[in-house]
Amino acid sequence: MSAAKFSNPVVRWIDHRLPVFSMLDHTANEYPTPKNLNYMWNFGSLAGLSLVIMIVTGIVLAMSYTAHVDYAFESVERIMRDVNHGWLIRYIHMNTASFFFIVVYLHIFRGLYYGSYKAPRELLWILGVVIFLLMMATAFMGYVLPWGQMSFWGATVITNLFSAIPIVGESVVTFLWGGFSVDNPTLTRFFSLHYLMPFLIAGVVVLHIVALHRFGSNNPIGIDTKGRQDTISFHPYYTIKDIVGIAMFLLLLAIAVFFFPNAMGHPDNYIPANPMQTPAHIVPEWYFLPFYAILRAVPDKLGGVLLMFGAIAILFILPWLDRSPVRSARFRPVFRIFFWLLFIDALALGYLGGMPAEGIYVTLSRVATAWYFLHFLVILPMLGVFESTKPLPKSISEPVLATTGEAA
Amino acid sequence: MRKFIFATVMSLMSAVGMPGAASAAGGGDVTLLKNDWSFAGIFGHYDKASMQRGFQVYLEVCAGCHSMEYMAFRNLADLGYNEAEIKAIAAEYEVQDGPDEDGEMFMRPARPADRIPSPYRNDNEARANNNGALPPDLSLIAKARAHGPDYLYSLLVGYQDAPASMEVPDGMYYNNAYSGNMIAMPQPIYGDDVEYADGASTSAEALSADVTHFLMWAAEPKLEVRKRIGVAAVFFLSIFLIMSYLAKRRIWADVH
Repeated sequence: MSAAKFSNPVVRWIDHRLPVFSMLDHTANEYPTPKNLNYMWNFGSLAGLSLVIMIVTGIVLAMSYTAHVDYAFESVERIMRDVNHGWLIRYIHMNTASFFFIVVYLHIFRGLYYGSYKAPRELLWILGVVIFLLMMATAFMGYVLPWGQMSFWGATVITNLFSAIPIVGESVVTFLWGGFSVDNPTLTRFFSLHYLMPFLIAGVVVLHIVALHRFGSNNPIGIDTKGRQDTISFHPYYTIKDIVGIAMFLLLLAIAVFFFPNAMGHPDNYIPANPMQTPAHIVPEWYFLPFYAILRAVPDKLGGVLLMFGAIAILFILPWLDRSPVRSARFRPVFRIFFWLLFIDALALGYLGGMPAEGIYVTLSRVATAWYFLHFLVILPMLGVFESTKPLPKSISEPVLATTGEAA
Repeated sequence: MRKFIFATVMSLMSAVGMPGAASAAGGGDVTLLKNDWSFAGIFGHYDKASMQRGFQVYLEVCAGCHSMEYMAFRNLADLGYNEAEIKAIAAEYEVQDGPDEDGEMFMRPARPADRIPSPYRNDNEARANNNGALPPDLSLIAKARAHGPDYLYSLLVGYQDAPASMEVPDGMYYNNAYSGNMIAMPQPIYGDDVEYADGASTSAEALSADVTHFLMWAAEPKLEVRKRIGVAAVFFLSIFLIMSYLAKRRIWADVH
């Protein structure tokens, strides 16, 4: 690492002792990135931006929030009415939470479509699933903090799931609650953990990026880069492309925050928590609905809980379930069909999770749940063996040149 | 690839829309009347005259049973009242203060900084006076119900004679907007319940619309500034998006 590459003497002096500028230079200018990444590769940086927005707005909200069952709801209303621009900060926090999940779900489906989880990126994928789990825990606890009706009853329903664990279940739930019902100790510990976990996420994000930089990004063709002709430097090409994505993201976020701030929330959460009155339908936040549908699809409580967690756990072993040597769905015609079926299945589960658990919805939930597991446990392993894939291009440059030739 | 992005975005948008639709589902036959509210839409704003009339309806019709916990008299400035008017409105109420130097609590006229006093000392008194039913606090009611303002309006004008097939017990009333159609609140507005100083219509529909307007403001007092900033933000970000896209095209021109 030659210090001579920086002309500014102060930068040179610092870099010699603390090579932060070399690191930045390496990431921006030397780190080779496939030249054919499409806009589906924007969601990583957007997820990072979402995390930053959540942490910044969250820290500001915590300055005016009171974690106590008697004051939490009112303190949120104080933020909405009396704190300068408090309404803006809170609406950004609320809506970015939803956007964070939209972005992460797209990021996950991008990985599924282009086989980004395959060797040598298994750990990169697994760290991503860890981030996803931490996000779900953080979001769940954050939703409890305003202490509205859905906060309280959502917390009650979800924490009660742990009572399904044989023998120790009841003790685990008491431990989670800090008492014998969802009450002040539950709220205060959720607040504490809700403040802590984003920083854990940030830590795992660093690992996620370290693992990413080991082999670089996967790409839409899914073959490895073969040399300089296949790659471009991250800056300025992907910095500007990420900025386009960020502009689009912020535009959509602004539309939600300023014109539909409560569209992704539930009206019941503007009613203060009342332990004596159960809402007609207890539904979690929209981003949990697919998992909620799986939970309710099983008539047995423990079975439902296991299946719900299993739906995420299965993602950890995905790199070993899909043994096809071809990464990208572009060259896997049969896999591509099943990918879209899974996508529709996930949306269907989301829809069913929001419907009352009765009649046809229960049946449909069961079918959709069965399909979800069938996809990962049976279809993917079989496709790895039986699918005849299309021939792969020799290098990334080749098809890129070919398409340009056709278009021109 | 384009198709993939398009399909993804479209299906996600419908996925996002879903829980709202799901939460709207209630029991019974529910009639929802759609109104053209001035606060709806991108450039939405509150109608001060309507809010002042609505506030009067609240005071004369609703306030006997329903509190507005999160409203202070000073907030009424948003309705177009000046400081002297707000002081006068507040002074009509007595609030408890203290302790004084002798350690005694005492009553004094309310000031603009005070919250609007509740009609009952606690929920138990409220229930005892209302046949066991608890009149909900109204400060957030327009956000705490699906389709807030349209629902409130529909509820207020939704009192009817029950169909012959339906047995309505004592202390319950038939309402075609309420989930299950049986509500414990007696019909509050019949038309001409209050006298407006500005000569606006006092039909049941007009009074209901005015008080709904007021309640929407109470639930979302920052709506106007929110939408105003929103228009500027969307305008700025649209230009930012176009500029960054053009810059991207230019930078990428030499790659393909």
